[in-house]
Amino acid sequence: MNAGALFLAVFLACAVEAVEATTIVLAAGTARDWRSALVGVGAGLALLAGIVAALGPALTAVPLRDLRLFVGALLLVFGLQWLRKAVLRASGHKALHDEDKIFREQLAAARAAQTRKIGLVADWYAFTLSFKGVVLEGLEVAFIALTFGSNQHDVPLAAVAAVAAVVAVVAVGVAVRAPLARVPENTMKFVVGVMLISFGTFWGAEGAGAHWPGSDAALLVLVPSVAAFGLALVAVSKLCASSKAVSEDRASTTREVTTPA
Amino acid sequence: MKYFKNFFAFWYDFIVGDDWTVAVGVAVALAVTYAVARTSVSAWWIVPSAVVVIFPWSLWRSIRKG
Repeated sequence: MNAGALFLAVFLACAVEAVEATTIVLAAGTARDWRSALVGVGAGLALLAGIVAALGPALTAVPLRDLRLFVGALLLVFGLQWLRKAVLRASGHKALHDEDKIFREQLAAARAAQTRKIGLVADWYAFTLSFKGVVLEGLEVAFIALTFGSNQHDVPLAAVAAVAAVVAVVAVGVAVRAPLARVPENTMKFVVGVMLISFGTFWGAEGAGAHWPGSDAALLVLVPSVAAFGLALVAVSKLCASSKAVSEDRASTTREVTTPA
Repeated sequence: MKYFKNFFAFWYDFIVGDDWTVAVGVAVALAVTYAVARTSVSAWWIVPSAVVVIFPWSLWRSIRKG
C-alpha cells in the first residue's frame, strides 16, 4: 500500500465523519451556547487523542501477522457496513444523509431543552451534545487511522490525513456557517467502504496465513474489483426498487378498480 | 450492572453494527482461511469469495427489512 492510498482512505473516512460532527456542533452552538459547545468539542478531541495515544503504542507492539488478522477482520466488518449503507442510499432504498434536515432537527431539540450550569460549563446540554457528537463520530475514524497507520508503520501520516480532513471540513463549516449539505457524502462513504473492504480482505487473509499472488500488487486488482462489485449491486438494487414501486403501483390501481364505489 | 450492560451494548453496536451475520461471516471466512493456509492448498481466494456472498446477503436483508 503506498502512502497516497493510506492518506486518501484516512482523509475521506475522517472527512465524512467530520461533516456529521460539524452539523451537531453547529446546532449546539447556534441554538444554545457557543462557548459550552466548543468546550465539548475540546473535551471530545482530548478523549479521542487519549484513546489514540494509549492504543497506538500498544498496536505497534503486536506482531504484524496477528495485527493484520485482527485489523483485517475489523476493517472488513466496518467496510461491509459502510458500503452497504452507501449502496442502499445510492439505489434509493434509504434516504440520502440530509445534513440540512439533521441540522434543523438538532436545532429544534436543542432549543427545547432546559439550560443547566455544571461547574465551568455554562450550558451542560450544549457541552454534552458537542462532546457526544465528536466522540461518537470520531471513534470509528480514530480506529481506521490507527489500524491503517500501524499496518503501514506510518501512524504519523495517518494522523496528518485525519487532522487535514478535520481542518478542511471545519474551515469550510466556519466559512459558510451552515451544515455542509453539498458535500458528496454518500460517494465518499462508498469510496471509503471499498477501501476498507479491499484492505480488510488483503490484511485479514494475509494475517490468517494466506499468500496473495503478486504480493502487494494484488491490491491493484482487489480495489477496482470491490468497486465494480459495489457499483453492480447499486444497479441491481435500483432495478429491485423500481420493480417494487411498479408492482405497488399496480396493486393500488387494482384495488381502486375492484373496490365498489 | 446497568453500566456494564450499556458499555457492552455500545461496543457491540460499534463493532458488530446492525447486522450480526456480517461479523459472523467474516470470522468464519478468516477461520477457514487460517485452517486452509496450514495445508498445501492456496487460501487467498477464501476471504474475497466470502465477501461476494456476505455483502449481497447483508444488502438483501436490509432491503427486506425496509
